[in-house]
Amino acid sequence: MAAQSPQPQPLSRRAELLAGMRGQLPLLLGVAPFGMAYGAYAIESGLSGELTQAMSAIVFGGASQFVGVQLIASGVPGAMIVLATLLVNLRHLLYSASLAPQVDHLNRRWRWLLAYLLTDEAYAVSMSRLSRDNESPHRHWFVLGAGVALWATWQMTTSLGILLGAALPDSWSLDFALPLTFLALLMPVLTSRPAFGAAAAAGLVAVIGFDWPYGIALVVAIGAGLLAGVALDRALPGERRRELI
Amino acid sequence: MTLWLTVAGMGAVTYAIRLSVLVFVSHDALPAAARDALRFVMPAVLLAIILPAVLYVGENQTFDLSIGNQRLAAACIAAAVAWAAKNVWLTVSTGMAALWLLQWAW
Repeated sequence: MAAQSPQPQPLSRRAELLAGMRGQLPLLLGVAPFGMAYGAYAIESGLSGELTQAMSAIVFGGASQFVGVQLIASGVPGAMIVLATLLVNLRHLLYSASLAPQVDHLNRRWRWLLAYLLTDEAYAVSMSRLSRDNESPHRHWFVLGAGVALWATWQMTTSLGILLGAALPDSWSLDFALPLTFLALLMPVLTSRPAFGAAAAAGLVAVIGFDWPYGIALVVAIGAGLLAGVALDRALPGERRRELI
Repeated sequence: MTLWLTVAGMGAVTYAIRLSVLVFVSHDALPAAARDALRFVMPAVLLAIILPAVLYVGENQTFDLSIGNQRLAAACIAAAVAWAAKNVWLTVSTGMAALWLLQWAW
């Protein structure tokens, strides 16, 4: 991980960009087989190579792309598919809201760009960095680096999946790198009992709702986590303001 | 052609969601309670992604909360490393090595 201790000298734009890319690296290990699996699945489901690749560029959201392909292949009407996409990606609303105060000094062009690149992975890596240090003047370059690294990997592995099929064997279990990285990012944010309660409530609902359609479980789980966190925060006044963000 | 329109629609709603508070709505316009709650997005989303990935395993993604669940065992080892070392690469490499070792030993 980059920037583990407070930097005496603010990092340059280039150093922030590279640190963001480096921060994203362990997640790319898990994203690579996911991207190839998506490309292969879309082709198997009868989508053209152009449409498969375009969806990765236009939507840029793994889970919603899998759902989209599945619904397209089942002949579901377009309006329903768009609605399902809305449900699957609704959690990004919270990322948008939670990242906003960190970038509100930026011009519109920057915010449009960072919004396009806002995914689970880029959000987690960026917030992990910003919760330790949100003073650096070029910190948005870190967010950009994390987003661009993921974007490029997603586009390239989509292409590989289209051309080669899901060529990385399942037995390598590379997808496991995703939950492992999130685990490493989780520990430093479990700084209080309300944060712990938020994680526990969200985890529990996500497990219970695993079979619910269109990733609704993840939205409900995060909602339950926020409620649990706020409730514990109110119930345990001594815990208040111990966190920075 | 309609498929392209569908994908454009998927992209439009996704981008609109991501743009929402970053561009369209000011963060300051959110009620204080909502801003307060946003502090818990990180812990909530991270565990909500981790737990199903560790507990629903195998080709059919069946629920397995037992000692025979290799992903669960590897994740517990990785969690201990993450807690003690606070290092992403060490956590990921230990967890992957633990999983490969367990898969090989079985």
